[in-house]
Amino acid sequence: MTDDRVFFLPRGIRMRWDSVRQTQVLLGPERALMLDEIGHAVMAEVDGAASVAVIASRLAKKFEAPAEVILPDVAEFLDGLLAKRLLEVRS
Amino acid sequence: MTIPPPIAMLAELTHRCPLACAYCSNPLELLVAKTELGTDIWTRVFREAAALGILQVHLSGGEPASRRDLEQLTAAASEAGLYTNLITSGIGLTRARLEALMAAGLDHVQLSLQGTTAKVADFIGGYKGGFDRKMAVAADIDALGIPLTLNAVMHRTNIADLPATFDMALTLNARRIEVACVQFQGWALKNRSALQPTRDQVETAKRVVAEATERLRGRLVIDFVPPDYYADYPKACMGGWGSTGLNVAPDGRVLPCHAAETIPHLTFPNVLDTGLAEIWNDSQAFNAFRGTAWLPDACRSCSRVTRDFGGCRCQAMALAGDPFAMDPVCKHSPHRAKVDALLAEDAPDGWTYRRMAAARP
Ligand code: SF4
Ligand code: SF4
Repeated sequence: MTDDRVFFLPRGIRMRWDSVRQTQVLLGPERALMLDEIGHAVMAEVDGAASVAVIASRLAKKFEAPAEVILPDVAEFLDGLLAKRLLEVRS
Repeated sequence: MTIPPPIAMLAELTHRCPLACAYCSNPLELLVAKTELGTDIWTRVFREAAALGILQVHLSGGEPASRRDLEQLTAAASEAGLYTNLITSGIGLTRARLEALMAAGLDHVQLSLQGTTAKVADFIGGYKGGFDRKMAVAADIDALGIPLTLNAVMHRTNIADLPATFDMALTLNARRIEVACVQFQGWALKNRSALQPTRDQVETAKRVVAEATERLRGRLVIDFVPPDYYADYPKACMGGWGSTGLNVAPDGRVLPCHAAETIPHLTFPNVLDTGLAEIWNDSQAFNAFRGTAWLPDACRSCSRVTRDFGGCRCQAMALAGDPFAMDPVCKHSPHRAKVDALLAEDAPDGWTYRRMAAARP
């Protein structure tokens, strides 16, 4: 299984460090999503160039886990943000 | 106990507005221009807000574009690190102003939609030519690629146009639409019986929303606020009193919600003399209804209390005459009969447009 979709942050969505809550937040219209460490690790790889498969393999190395295990989780996380239109996709 | 910091601030920059929507939630006593905070004070407030933990600011009103320093205010909010959302009717914005707002760091625009045709929209907004101006602004927003949410307040007169409202969101390339059934506060409360949709209208609207949500998944995010008078249980106001957000009125008073002025027991601190952090953490107004200890026993022993916190305080004030009461919308409320009686009232033919009182000498 592979996933060639390329996600990117559209205009109007920003990720930044929240120094008061000591966490990364994803900000969009009427949305403020506090990201946990994993969420942030995934989002940090979303650069508008890397495909979901590439992101999963990078994270696999980083967290020393098999890419096939990570891929569905990464896809699910990104799809969730896509449905909220906090991310967009180009294929 | 430490109080978690707020997430959002509604900055009511002005009460001035070229429109006169009968559904407006602004208070009946509108503030005139000379009471408004200056650019420098707002700039300080935005910095205090960011330091307190606020992440988003909604630049609102009235019509925020009525302020000639809107561009400067946007830049100040953005420089403070806040996510900036402009809540506007579009009137008073031009292509040049939109470009300046973009350069100032504006993140997002929320455009109100009174109706989907000039005839209906201009009647509801009480402003002839408003719809055409709004459509021109919407086209500019789209051309400039500014992320757009439409905000459609639905009531008896326009709720049947819901399908056309979704079509319009797609035409205007909005990413998101808020369909909010009118909330009875301020001018809307004064015009309640003229605005109240019928039960049939509400049921139809719910079906239309459910169908559109399915069909437009991934293209358009739909946030729907059903009217609570027909519900069995109340809505949590602002996610719980003093828990997620605050409002700054045009004159600098800080309110836990935009209708809080209707509660006479509260005194509102002002940013002119008190810091935002102190207001949030220590003021009487913000602590009055925090948590659940003050609620009637029936609420405290109810399983829904962590979800709705006993409902809206302003509604309890308006309908039960007691801000500490259970929200009268709740089916367990001893005052529920009052809500049903209001629903049974006949709708009058007209409404009162939102206008400033004639200047007093
Ligand atoms: S609801 Fe209408 S009258 Fe009230 S501030 Fe918005 S545009 Fe102006
Ligand atoms: S009894 Fe109180 S807590 Fe329970 S649903 Fe009604 S208002 Fe909410």
